[in-house]
Amino acid sequence: MAGSSASQQVVRTGAGARFVIYTILILFCLYYLVPLYVMVVNSLKPLGEITSGGMMSLPREWTLAPWHSAWSTAQVGVEATGLRPFFLNSILMVVPAVALSTFFGALNGYVLTKWRFRGDTLVFGLLLFACFIPFQMVLIPMARMLGLMHAAGTVPGLIFVHLVYGIGFSTLYFRNYYQQFPTELVRAAMIDGAGFFTIFRRIMLPASGPIAVVCIIWQFTNIWNDFLFGASFSDFDSQPMTVALNNLVQSSTGVKEYNVHFAGAILAALPTLFVYIVAGRFFVRGLMAGSVKG
Amino acid sequence: MRRYLGGAASLLAALMVTSSMARAADVEVLHWWTSGGEAAALNVLKDKLQSQGITWKDMPVAGGGGTEAMTVLRARVTAGNPPTAVQMLGFDIQDWAKEGALGNLDEVASAEGWDAVVPEALQRFSKYDGHWIAAPVNVHSTNWVWANKSVLDGLGIAEPKTWDEFIAALQKVKDAGKVALAHGGQPWQDATLFDGVVLATGGVDFYKKAFVELDPEALGSDTMKQVFDRMTVLRGFVDDNFSGRDWNLASAMVIKGDAAFQIMGDWAKGEFLKAGKVPDEDFLCFRVPGSETAVSFNSDQFAIFAVSSDDARKAQATMASDIMSPDFQIAFNKVKGSVPARTDVPKDDFDACGQKGMEQLAAANEAGTLVGSIAHGHANPAAVKNAIYDVVTAEFNGEYDSATAVEELVTAVEINK
Amino acid sequence: MASTTDTHRDVPQRAGSDWLRDALPKLVLSPSLAIVLVFVYGFILFTVYLSFTDSRILPSYGWVSWLNYDRLFSIREWKIAVVNLLIFGALYIVICCVLGLALAILLDQKVRAEGFIRTIYLYPMALSFIVTGIAWKWFLDPGIGLQAVVRSWGWESFTFTWIKDSDMAIYTIVIAAVWQTSGFVMAMFLAGLRGIDNEVMKAAQIDGASSFALYRRIVIPQLRPAFMSAFVVLAHMAIKSYDLIIALTGGGPGTATSMPATFMYSYTFTRNQMGIGAASATIMMMSIAAIMVPYIYSELREKK
Repeated sequence: MAGSSASQQVVRTGAGARFVIYTILILFCLYYLVPLYVMVVNSLKPLGEITSGGMMSLPREWTLAPWHSAWSTAQVGVEATGLRPFFLNSILMVVPAVALSTFFGALNGYVLTKWRFRGDTLVFGLLLFACFIPFQMVLIPMARMLGLMHAAGTVPGLIFVHLVYGIGFSTLYFRNYYQQFPTELVRAAMIDGAGFFTIFRRIMLPASGPIAVVCIIWQFTNIWNDFLFGASFSDFDSQPMTVALNNLVQSSTGVKEYNVHFAGAILAALPTLFVYIVAGRFFVRGLMAGSVKG
Repeated sequence: MRRYLGGAASLLAALMVTSSMARAADVEVLHWWTSGGEAAALNVLKDKLQSQGITWKDMPVAGGGGTEAMTVLRARVTAGNPPTAVQMLGFDIQDWAKEGALGNLDEVASAEGWDAVVPEALQRFSKYDGHWIAAPVNVHSTNWVWANKSVLDGLGIAEPKTWDEFIAALQKVKDAGKVALAHGGQPWQDATLFDGVVLATGGVDFYKKAFVELDPEALGSDTMKQVFDRMTVLRGFVDDNFSGRDWNLASAMVIKGDAAFQIMGDWAKGEFLKAGKVPDEDFLCFRVPGSETAVSFNSDQFAIFAVSSDDARKAQATMASDIMSPDFQIAFNKVKGSVPARTDVPKDDFDACGQKGMEQLAAANEAGTLVGSIAHGHANPAAVKNAIYDVVTAEFNGEYDSATAVEELVTAVEINK
Repeated sequence: MASTTDTHRDVPQRAGSDWLRDALPKLVLSPSLAIVLVFVYGFILFTVYLSFTDSRILPSYGWVSWLNYDRLFSIREWKIAVVNLLIFGALYIVICCVLGLALAILLDQKVRAEGFIRTIYLYPMALSFIVTGIAWKWFLDPGIGLQAVVRSWGWESFTFTWIKDSDMAIYTIVIAAVWQTSGFVMAMFLAGLRGIDNEVMKAAQIDGASSFALYRRIVIPQLRPAFMSAFVVLAHMAIKSYDLIIALTGGGPGTATSMPATFMYSYTFTRNQMGIGAASATIMMMSIAAIMVPYIYSELREKK
């Protein structure tokens, strides 16, 4: 497990095959990059160039003004603050929510695969099916519950909501990953006298790199990009980034500044992209964590 | 089992924090005016309140012409934490009043004599059971045509006065190889066309009978079939790529001269002005031909929610009074493209289109031809409005012929009434 | 996978010492279970109840029996939405799985700049569809996007008008949705691949198995848990598709790209028909249960 990638060491590929592999990989890069191209290119143009029809072409006149506007001067409420003040709101909410749901997911996955008990499959099934509840449906009852808990319009309330609806997925990821984990190691540690949490900390966690990356990416992206809960359960001083982005982009009867919208969208995605790049390393590092297996 | 509950209870307890309620001299305002001009215009109100010692707590939620904000409002009210003032449209105000959630503005309204200056048709929404519950900010109207003057001049087209002249003009533009009617295929835009066509075809009485009283006979009449026939005719003047287009890209087509006409509410004016165009010189604004004397309106209002403390009530009254003050009405509506919600405001500060709109509003108010817009929720409640959208959009996209559309309209309205 | 999991019951217990030790795992699991029972299953029951009431703008409790269901099934848009979900769901899940697996395997061949390419594949997940929807909408629009660009290159007869075509628009939703999530599915498979025991593979290699056979017989079967994760994630995304549709087509042309999630939101919140909205949510949950429960059951049972 996690000793190293199977194929990297085993499958040998010739020069011709390499060429094919790279061609395919690069072609798909293009597919994934097309919308980004549209967004970047249009975020660097004056609005007039966009509305006069040059939506796919490179800017004739390059400008950074839309980026500046989206960041600090665009109107997202009565005050022209840009997106800047909302980053902190989002981070204060997202980081604890991701940490908590990933942590609970890892613990749950650990219990469900290595400390099995009667009915554990049913419990997992219940957690799993919970992933499918449509959020639109829970909005009103959740508002009522938060009101009863006196947590409506607070950051902890919002974190709690995201934890509730994130836990199913994080449990799923860790449970399915730990399932491949050699139980002999856990058993050996138990015979050596290691306790529940010691085994978790010393044996399971160090081997969890790749799946933790997947789980964190998932939770971070979903919670960061969530609009419905963020708009409904936040207050005037804790509105998250997406609500601000939505306010920037959506207007029914106002002028639409597409260039600012695109710049804002990219800005709003920077923290997620940052997480992908940083966390992405652990895909590789997960391989190195050879502690599990010789 | 007790273990399970114990664990859950302690977790909930850990997350419990007292919710932050608005302080007495605060107004927390839920609204969806977030784009440049309109948000800046609202900031005028904020500054005014601030100078009166009232703090404005901003709760903007844009999207879907206010539907996102209404969703959030439901969550807030259910949680027992409603905002103090909320931007609302038409029947939503009445629905919330029915739920008993709204406050009362009678005192300030009678002190300032709102009854005399606010058009009757608007009061229908600002009052519930005879009590003032909301302060109207503006009046938009939807039966406008926006035209590129140089395109018309180039083709020798004069401003059309009747429906037939309008169709002839559209045909001429089409023959010249341009897009005759710039339009975006979204249900609310289709319905905005529909507003104008109903008024131009059946007149105000038919409009009221069919869409305000929801009379099945009027809804199923031959006039209605003629309305849908005319929608089909208009469809013939729209380009093939119309589906899903934003309304302001349609305006841009007119501004650029790729298209000649657009039928859209007066907020479209903002796009023209922003592009540096001057009313009457570069572009024309006129009512949908055949509906000159009528005005189909929608009005943004701030409804106030019931609050317990006297200070908060006072803050609400101050806010309402500021909204109704002529200088705010002028400052705001100049930017928004709409006209003031009171008829006693001087016209001098407005541009040619704005002045025309104000005169027509006053005249329509006198003549009783000021009607709530179907497309914008001022003719009938949300359920009916959206049922009408379904039929209008399906017909406009060729899924129904006019005869089927009439039948579907009658059933759709009946079911959702 | 074969049974690699054992229960702690196999482990010799320390003499009666610890009730706590025995109960600890269950205690650890219990908050999650309690939360889910209340905030998911409790809410589902509440919604089912609402679907039998006359709720309009807010929940109200006048009993109307099956009226909301009668109405729901008489609404044309609901039928369109259900059919759309079937088409979209099937294509989306299959394409994402195939593409994700293929890209993961290719990327696992000691590729240079793996981190860079991986990030490119993943980044669409980072962006909110509120805005990428606009980019896709423009790209797919015949007047300004792909069609216009190809024509400007000289291929005058090139036509790509799916997004404006009632019959084809749903496929443009698939294209954009696959774009968004296939990279993430790739990451899940990549994590799975990196978790595989390579001793077995070496042995197979020595036995002379070809690369293709190696993957088909040894690697892919070991990825079963990853497939299950992918399936659950994708099914969930398909069912909940909302932002994407609102941004890309707004449900149009006409109602051609309506989906159950947009339908439910529209009836519950936009149209003030909470009863009908709840009825559609109930039907949705029941259909999901009908598909997912057997799948989850069969996946989990084999493990024992």
